[in-house]
Parts: sequence; C-alpha cells; structure tokens
Amino acid sequence: MTILVIAEHDNKVLAPATLNTVAAAAKIGGDIHVLVAGQDVGAVADAAAKIAGVSKVLAADNAAYAHQLPENVAPLVAELGAGYSHILAAATSNGKNILPRVAAQLDVDQISEIVSVESADTFKRPIYAGNAIATVQSTAAIKVITVRATGFDPVAAEGGSAAVEAVAAAHDAGTSSFVGEELAKSDRPELTAAKIVVSGGRGMQNGDNFKHLYALADKLGAAVGASRAAVDAGFVPNDMQVGQTGKIVAPQLYIAVGISGAIQHLAGMKDSKVIVAINKDEEAPIFQVADYGLVADLFEAVPELEKLV
Amino acid sequence: MKVLVAVKRVVDYNVKVRVKADNSGVDLANVKMSMNPFCEIAVEEAVRLKEKGVATEIVVVSIGPATAQEQLRTALALGADRAILVESAEELTSLAVAKLLKAVVDKEQPQLVILGKQAIDSDNNQTGQMLAALTGYGQGTFASKVEVSGDSVAVTREIDGGAQTVSLKLPAIVTTDLRLNEPRYASLPNIMKAKKKPLEMLTPDALGVSTASTNKTVKVEAPAARSAGIKVKSVAELVEKLKNEAKVI
Repeated sequence: MTILVIAEHDNKVLAPATLNTVAAAAKIGGDIHVLVAGQDVGAVADAAAKIAGVSKVLAADNAAYAHQLPENVAPLVAELGAGYSHILAAATSNGKNILPRVAAQLDVDQISEIVSVESADTFKRPIYAGNAIATVQSTAAIKVITVRATGFDPVAAEGGSAAVEAVAAAHDAGTSSFVGEELAKSDRPELTAAKIVVSGGRGMQNGDNFKHLYALADKLGAAVGASRAAVDAGFVPNDMQVGQTGKIVAPQLYIAVGISGAIQHLAGMKDSKVIVAINKDEEAPIFQVADYGLVADLFEAVPELEKLV
Repeated sequence: MKVLVAVKRVVDYNVKVRVKADNSGVDLANVKMSMNPFCEIAVEEAVRLKEKGVATEIVVVSIGPATAQEQLRTALALGADRAILVESAEELTSLAVAKLLKAVVDKEQPQLVILGKQAIDSDNNQTGQMLAALTGYGQGTFASKVEVSGDSVAVTREIDGGAQTVSLKLPAIVTTDLRLNEPRYASLPNIMKAKKKPLEMLTPDALGVSTASTNKTVKVEAPAARSAGIKVKSVAELVEKLKNEAKVI
C-alpha cells in the first residue's frame, strides 16, 4: 500500500494540518508520499521532506497550480493518484474543495472528515452535526479521504529525509481564474491549532465588546473564535466561526462566553478537552457540555478572569 | 439564462437526532423533515438572479424519496418555475447523486447550477464538486457572493483565512455558504400557486445512471457522552479549578 497525502500550504509555508493528515496515513500503514502542488513551492517541498514517516515528496511546480484552483489541481491528483491505494487531504477549505473533484474523476465515493482509522478500508466519521458517528467501509480500489485534523495528533515536523521529485505534469483546464483574496490579519494563534480558544456569542452584544475576549486571549496565548450568531450579527469576520459550518476545534481549553450552545456550535467544539461556559442564563444548553460553568454577567466575569489568570 | 438548483430533503436542523438501538442508523420515523438550510440559500440566490433579470428560468431538482415533492413545492413557492424529482427510495452517496444531477444537466443544459455546500445530515460537502468534475465545469464552492457578467461568473468564496474571489466561465457550478443571502419565506398565495407549477418525475433507470456505491455504512453509534460538569460560584473558583484540577492554564 502506498498513500498519497496532499500537502496543505500557501506556496510559502507548509500548514500544520498536513502533519495531522500524515498521522492518519501512518495509522492506515504503508509508504507515505506527499504531493506539494503550487507555484515556487521549493521551501514547502523541503519542509514536507522533513516530516517524520514520509518517504517521498512530489513537487508539482507550475503557474497553473499557484492558487490551487480545483479545475487544474484535481486532474493532476487524479493522474498521479491512479497508482496509490489511498489519497488523503486535510478537511480544510482547500481539501474540501479539491478532493471530491478528484474522487469523481476516479469514479469512487469519497469519505469525508474521518476522525479515526479502524483499518485500511474502514473509518469513523461524524454525521448529523456530530450527533452520530458512522463507521464506513470502502471497497474502492483507491480510497479518497479527507481527514479532520482534530481527530489525529500531528506527527513530528522534523526527523524525516525524503527525496523530493519534480512532477512535470501541467494541467490547465482554462475554465477558472484567480481574481483576488482578502485574508483576515491576526497575530494570535491559528484557531484550529490553538491550545486554548476563547469564543464569544450573541451575548457579546457588539463587535467592540470582543476587546474583552481579545484581552483575555492575549493573556492566555489563546485564539479567539465566535458562534454563528456573533458572525451573522457582524461582530467579527466569518473565518472566526466555530461550528458545523465553520471551523472544527478541539483545544485543551475552550471558553464559551455568551454562547447558548446550539447543536450547530457544539459540533465544532465538543471534542475540546475542557470546556468552560460563562453565561447569565443558567438554562443555556452549553452548560450540559461544560466541565465548568459559571452563571454570571460576562461583562463582569471576563475582565475579572483576565486579572486572575 | 437557465439556472438549475438542487435541493435535498433532510431532518430539520432543530431536531436533535437519536441513534437507533440496533446501530443501523439514526431514527427518522416521525421526525420533522425540511429543506436543507444551504439548499434554501441556493434557491434564494437563483430567485434573486431572476429578479435582477439575469436568470430567465429556474428549474429545481431533488433526488430522493417521493416525499421530497414537499421540498420541491416549497422551492416552487419561493420562486422556482418548475421542478424535477428523481425518485429513489434508497439513500444514495454523493457520487451517485452527482451522476444523476449530471444526467439532468445534460437534459436541461443550464448555464448555472447552484447547490448548497453541504447537507446537514451526511455532512459530506462533496456533491457540487463531484458534479463539477463530471461536467467538466468550473466550480465556485462556499460562495458568499455571486456576480454574473456576460459569459462568466465571479464567485467570492469563504476560505480558511478569509475570502477569495475566482472567475469561472459559464456554464459553472456554485455551492452556497451561509452568508450568501438570507432566504425569504414562502407566502400563502405563492404556496397555493406552487401547487399548479409543473413537477416532473424521473427515475435513475430512466436517466440511465447506475447508483452503485463503493462505500458501506457498517454501523452508526451515538458519540461518546461527556461526563457531567460542575457549576462554579465565582471567577476565583473557576481559575483555581482550571489551574489545579484541570491543569489547563
């Protein structure tokens, strides 16, 4: 068995989610190759070669792959992937965008967002917003899978010494082009990788009040998240949303402030090790999953918490 | 131009589902069913394109049991012109659905196909991308803004670090994210009118599509329950517990 892992990167830096995906590949067992598709990806390919357990890195360096448009990258992955037993990608917005296109080109069903590997052909994944866990078995010759990063501990980023091999194949479907992007700027840790996450909901009342959470987060070295209600109300940008339709996090500590705890939100954070809820409504569903609950006005509790930690 | 919108009948998003005792699936008997929330956003976007004069006809399609006619009638009441139901009693994988949709696309020749980004039951997030692969069209997934101009469509997409805009040649596939729009409600007169709009029934056999699957669900279990937590009286007590008991700060 040889497994192809699609590297998650921005042409400059290899994203940590790649390490969790390699960890899933290691659980399946077999040789692990990593594909780095992009433009000027030399540094990313070198970083991928150092990942523990990786035996080969394929670097597809081409202007057509610069923004990882799925119309161009999917044919590349389908072509290279034909000789592999498994094709894995992280369940990031990129992985989710590209991999189903690859699966359809290979005429196989995909298994999305696995959280555990039972055997080389059997995997567990959450369905119904995490309210049920399905065990799925695949008989496909090539198993195409996205990996939920929080389900697997990352492998070491150093220690490997894989050979980097250039891939010449160029695919340019000519059906799509990149226009531009607007990335949210933040100095805090990345939401999906942070050890501590502080999240605010509708109870924050406005965007300005999130400054209380930022102050607390900076003291804890935490990332700041939000519920869908806070995002829809325009308090914070949507890339901060935690939930079924936003990001899935599983930090050591998740502090939910002014969040009621709708099913949709719980789907994104209920695998956190310790959950703290601060809410003035003692009936709020969030208290049913919280390890420590504090029924209090967040505008008094959060500044006090910031002073005490 | 013609717009095709795919909608799915799913368990209502407010329902807390229960896993069946025999672990064969979740219990959907006597549970409220609705149109998948992302599909509502897809229908709304098509209706807005029609109101702007960009779309001339909206065809809404669903693949599923005969009862999915209810969701198609809802879409018709919201502004779709006609509906197609590809009837299949068994639960289909995303690839099978994408193949059936490809057959409908071949038949209808729409310029734009709009789907939700994921169904809240299977949480797959695959069908739109797979349909794009099968048709060879460009894909604009997780769309928060859609602008058609001439023979192309500019799609602003929600990505992990922020937003990205791509331009796709028409025909193209778009999947909707939550912030694309706020879906409207169907008015009573429109619900009455929707009963008279055409609804065509098809089968996978009639479309010549095999729905065989390489995936099999072995079992479905309830997730591990979290042990009950405690309520603390003060912030000081909370900090003490986090430092000394949970040891997370």
